Amino acid sequence: MIQAHDSVIVHTLGRIVIPITQLFGFYVLVFGHYGPGGGFVGGVILAASMILAILVFGRHSPHSWLGAKVLNGDGLGLLIIAGLGGLCLIGGGEFLNYSHLQIPGLDDVSRHYLGIMMIQIGVAADVAVTGVSIAISLSDDENDEVSHG
Amino acid sequence: MTFELPLLIFLVMTAAGAILARDLISSVLILGTYSFTLALVWALLGAVDVAFVEAVVGAGLATVFFLLTLFTTSEKDTEIRRPPMPWIALVALPAVGLLLLYGAADLPAFGDPGSPASTHISPVFLENSVQQTGTPNVVTAILMDYRSLDTLIETIVIFTAGIACALILRKGDL
Repeated sequence: MIQAHDSVIVHTLGRIVIPITQLFGFYVLVFGHYGPGGGFVGGVILAASMILAILVFGRHSPHSWLGAKVLNGDGLGLLIIAGLGGLCLIGGGEFLNYSHLQIPGLDDVSRHYLGIMMIQIGVAADVAVTGVSIAISLSDDENDEVSHG
Repeated sequence: MTFELPLLIFLVMTAAGAILARDLISSVLILGTYSFTLALVWALLGAVDVAFVEAVVGAGLATVFFLLTLFTTSEKDTEIRRPPMPWIALVALPAVGLLLLYGAADLPAFGDPGSPASTHISPVFLENSVQQTGTPNVVTAILMDYRSLDTLIETIVIFTAGIACALILRKGDL
């Protein structure tokens, strides 16, 4: 079980670094159309920030609530991508062919742009949740059951 | 070109150091250094997306996973004892290396516009991706649009890895 770190320096640095890391992760995720990065890298950075919060403050601290909550969304990213492909099927085209997303008021290029955005969010969600999940799995042992139920 | 040779020498040094280090924790940290150096090499070669992934995953997340594994496993296993190298490995490994170098001499030059990799389908993507998808970063356009089924399967692989880790490693409530 991951215990909270007892050093004031680590806590203070964690409070400063974790929000900046999360902001950078969202920036990389959204900026993937125009620069290096995208869903995979953004998701890994978000996962790293949540793992850092768990390592610094402990798993059950209010400071790391996001890392604990996000485990409930396992598979959500996969659902987003597969659902997007299903919407393209419903729209009358091939699986994941964004030209057939039936959204009124959007031309073909904008549909592709929106499809890329959605699939990047899906990949980021999946990677972030999996990273936190593996980190929690790796640090799990019997003491957890004794102390927390 | 001036930076490539020192970087490659440092890359080989860190790779050897990660294998030869006695302490497993220092070995993991040297492996992180190796990943950062490799990311610099990718960035110098122009593959910025690959460099980003290498720096974030190889040096960041993998190091954390290795360290968490080391902290969970028992302390006394952190010293490695390895048997001496058999003589056939001393002969076979340089021979295979020379064979690979001989084969690499026939590869097209770096950035050759006439090579098969840059004449087959790459020009189609490079010429049409901005008009078709509105995405200036052609790597993102290929990964998330033209090859989005591959991305779906990759996501399934990552999801499966997380589920398998949880099933094998977690002892308490999932």
